Amino acid sequence: MTHKIWVFAEQVNGVLDRVTLELLTKAKDLAGKLEGKTEIAAVLLGKNVKGLCDTLADYGAEVIYVGDSAELDLYNPMLYAPVITNLVKEEDPDIFLFGATAIGSELGPTVAAQLKTGVAAHCVELRINENGLLVSSVPSFGGKILGEILVPDNRPQMASVKPGIFVQGEKETREPSIHWLDVTDLKAEGLPLKALRIDKKEPKGVPLEKAEIVFCGGYGIGSKENWAKLETLAARVGGAAACTRPVMDEGWSPGEHVMVGTSGKSIRPKVYIGFGISGATHHICGMKDSGLVINVNRDEHCPVFEVSDIGIVEDLNKVLDQLLMTIQ
Amino acid sequence: MNIIVCIKPVPDPQYYDKVSIDPATKRITREGIPTIINPVDKNGIEAALQLKKTYGGKVTVITMAPPNAVENLREALAMGADEAVLLSDRAFGGADTLATSYTLAKGIEKIGDYDVIFCGAESADGATAQVASQLGEWLTIPHLWNVFSLEPQDDKALHVKTKVENGSMEWAVKLPCLLGVARELNKPRFISAMGIIKAKNKPIAIWGKVDLAVEDERLGLTGSPTKAGEIFTPDLKRKGEILTGTLEEMVDTVIERLRTAGVNVQATTKACDCCEGGGQK
Repeated sequence: MTHKIWVFAEQVNGVLDRVTLELLTKAKDLAGKLEGKTEIAAVLLGKNVKGLCDTLADYGAEVIYVGDSAELDLYNPMLYAPVITNLVKEEDPDIFLFGATAIGSELGPTVAAQLKTGVAAHCVELRINENGLLVSSVPSFGGKILGEILVPDNRPQMASVKPGIFVQGEKETREPSIHWLDVTDLKAEGLPLKALRIDKKEPKGVPLEKAEIVFCGGYGIGSKENWAKLETLAARVGGAAACTRPVMDEGWSPGEHVMVGTSGKSIRPKVYIGFGISGATHHICGMKDSGLVINVNRDEHCPVFEVSDIGIVEDLNKVLDQLLMTIQ
Repeated sequence: MNIIVCIKPVPDPQYYDKVSIDPATKRITREGIPTIINPVDKNGIEAALQLKKTYGGKVTVITMAPPNAVENLREALAMGADEAVLLSDRAFGGADTLATSYTLAKGIEKIGDYDVIFCGAESADGATAQVASQLGEWLTIPHLWNVFSLEPQDDKALHVKTKVENGSMEWAVKLPCLLGVARELNKPRFISAMGIIKAKNKPIAIWGKVDLAVEDERLGLTGSPTKAGEIFTPDLKRKGEILTGTLEEMVDTVIERLRTAGVNVQATTKACDCCEGGGQK
């Protein structure tokens, strides 16, 4: 019997979400841990999406189920979920992974409810145990507690993972094996839920998740002015500025796309420099995989120093100004 | 318009750094942490109260929780909800999102007539963000998650916006529907003294397993396809070397370490002033 590991290939306007490739990479890793034959498949829905199949294959999808229809152009759970649910019922995969993106966080549990199976949400680790079951580690209490979740008796064993948790692997050119789904009968017309449009705007500058160096402000930065200083520093070294939730709540930073933490982004830059960070687990969980971690805080007893490689006990305003003077 | 709001009592997120695992019992200890209404659920209550103001009708809050959740329901009533339902039974215990949403669905079916159901997009403690979508599935009504904008077209349809990464989606949805709301949707009102007084006389129904038309095997731990394994606290500790010296020296050290770590930094550091040619520029 062949073990089947599936990944939902999330695309918007013909662009794959990065989490899809990260999940395919992880799927390859899991496949290696399962005994016997395995097959990795991607499920791709949308309009004119065939062009994405090469990329999916290159990152590990041996089989790609494609539902291509004008009706699937915009994501709609009332169209997407039944297509996926029917396919799962026919093919009976063992494991099914979704990105814990806005779309995946709705679609995953919707499909699971239709199949009456379980989803481990926002996993930070996935492994195969001695019984060949998927074990998912999920954070709770803002990341303070990690719990293992199993789906022993139902299939598929589902899990969702935020972008940036797993690392995208190397590409290996492979011919995609495409299975076309019959979606000719799909009709958006007449459904009680209608998707009207999607608007996406890529933020300016180096995207936070791609930056090699991140300057991060915590509540201690105290002002928009200091946030601007972090952005200036970041711009000078080709990095990005980030923040904790309170900084976003205060309106000092531009919004959620720069927030790092359990309920925000997960980043792993080569260097992370934090200013006025308290060290709350919620935030730390979002940057714990960073290379070098430096923190500036005037309170020498601040817990943030325990989770830092290097600590500077000093007024962050002074350190920021000195950095701005020094870094050109 | 009859509106139902699902709420969840959670340990106050302000104290999550004090949550730990008892090494002896291997259970999560959260002693002394107050239980509050999950913060984003209050945005759901607020949205319901605003709809009621426009279209009239009734706002009912519902929760599946231990008996002491009456306190949290009373708070929701003090905000302005009209009635409350507590689903409480030992048989409901240990429920994952599928069993929780099933039980809530059965409670809501018993309440009966509804036009809109609000849930918070996610809870602060478990944060799976799955109950809203799964509840919508059990009730077989359209559902949307991460709603940050809501404009009624009339008493039959809503225009809704949901958050997606770096943007938003717009939807037209017919009632009845379920909306998982984000904190950006509105600013929940504070409770007034009058609200507290009025809440004392508002009804709170308490329903157990026998009061609902449920299949036993869908409840609680039995009805939960996900099972909990080990729990642990992540080890996030690093070496924590504290730098010494003057401000200039510390910053110079940082820049040196950035370069060692592979970041290309153009800087004028003291160390460089004495290099040949006046340093790196």
